[in-house]
Amino acid sequence: MSNEMSMRRVTAINNGTVIDHIPAGCAITVLKMLGVDGGRATPVTLAMNVPSKKMGLKDIVKIEDREISQSDLDKLALVAPEASVSIIRAYSVAEKLQVNLGEDVVNVAACTFANCASHGPREPLPHRLVVHGREPLRLRCHYCGREQDMDSIVDNLL
Amino acid sequence: MASLITMDDLSNEDILAILDDAERLLPVARGQAYLPLLQGKLLGNLFFEPSTRTRMSFETAMKRLGGDVINLGDVSSSSLVKGETLYDTIRMVDGYVDIIAMRHPRQGAAQYASDSAEVPILNGGDGAGHHPTQTLLDLFTIRQAHGTIEGLNVALVGDLRFGRTVHSLSHALVRFGCSLTLVSPDSLRMPSEIIDDLQALGATIIQSEDLAAAIPSADVIYMTRIQKERFPDEDEYQRIAGVFKLAAADLAPAKGGMIVMHPLPRVEEIAPDVDTTVHARYFEQAFNGVVTRMALISRLLGIAVPAVPGAGTSTDSGGES
Repeated sequence: MSNEMSMRRVTAINNGTVIDHIPAGCAITVLKMLGVDGGRATPVTLAMNVPSKKMGLKDIVKIEDREISQSDLDKLALVAPEASVSIIRAYSVAEKLQVNLGEDVVNVAACTFANCASHGPREPLPHRLVVHGREPLRLRCHYCGREQDMDSIVDNLL
Repeated sequence: MASLITMDDLSNEDILAILDDAERLLPVARGQAYLPLLQGKLLGNLFFEPSTRTRMSFETAMKRLGGDVINLGDVSSSSLVKGETLYDTIRMVDGYVDIIAMRHPRQGAAQYASDSAEVPILNGGDGAGHHPTQTLLDLFTIRQAHGTIEGLNVALVGDLRFGRTVHSLSHALVRFGCSLTLVSPDSLRMPSEIIDDLQALGATIIQSEDLAAAIPSADVIYMTRIQKERFPDEDEYQRIAGVFKLAAADLAPAKGGMIVMHPLPRVEEIAPDVDTTVHARYFEQAFNGVVTRMALISRLLGIAVPAVPGAGTSTDSGGES
């Protein structure tokens, strides 16, 4: 199935954001990371396990009336580092954004290890996770060195 | 080298240079020579949790070299109970002293302090994280006994999950080509990220629950204390602790030159009858904490250690006099 046909599976949006090439099964996590929940008044479209030449299977999310920010992209990098992000205005692609996962992930998520020194109340230094592997994504805390629990890191987003 | 947080902050060459400096400083550590190398320098001893050997040996190291020490004192009477952040505490002490030694119950606290401070930080233990100054004295003790730290068979025994001394030591030993036998109850195995790191360094690692099987081939048996609070009930603790302990009779199949080490304090994991065997090295090991910390502090402050009259060159010259 072509990418175009894949995209047609979900309704086109007027204004907002399309996130394509999300790893299959991760769309709900992406929505959670972006703070998109049932409280919204505008449409959110989600397709899961869509055939993809590049990924085999992928998820797609379309969020009406929300243009995601750089800090959203930083969060997205933790779950969907290969995602393609398009900002849609008047049914056309107005901007394509790049998800970049650098060597360090700073002030995006707190360490998942409860006894890490970075959790001290009012401690001012940034939360800093270091990329230790990319496929699959593995992160370690800069301070305590603990491998991050990627299943619970969404709950630690800042 | 700004700080010593983990053994990754030291190259193998750095480690050997520190051990060589420590060797030269033995007469000073024993009080047989006076060398005011650190006169005018001040160490801040910040121990946010209890310590006997580490805190005292930092203090002794500084004073034997003519330097001075200020202590945090009782945490319950410090500004920490008023809610001061670690960052603010470190920034404040940073202005008072030339170097800081610290221990903290939270893992990563030493790195956090190092990122907050201008002066060097010496990690004296951070939660279940690392304890690199202990590793230096352990390596010094091993080199005294075997003449080398390369290519030895080392059995690390006991609580390998929460025991920070073995986390730092295992990294260093593998970098020197040692083979490790990790002997622990299943619930206290070495954390997987540390095993991953060791294997990435090309380590030969055996994980086992059988201490007796590790004894005949070992050059070093490094015992650690299994803490009662790690177990949900007393019976389970007694069962596990009873398995991971050594008595003199257990050492019959050991090599003649094999040494038994322990970071102390011990509880029941090494019977008193081991103390008088040729294998026991844990009290020498504790003494070596002074001389290695003397060498380390000097190095971090950029002060070269000169030749000291009376310094021996024997690899087996250490120990309490």
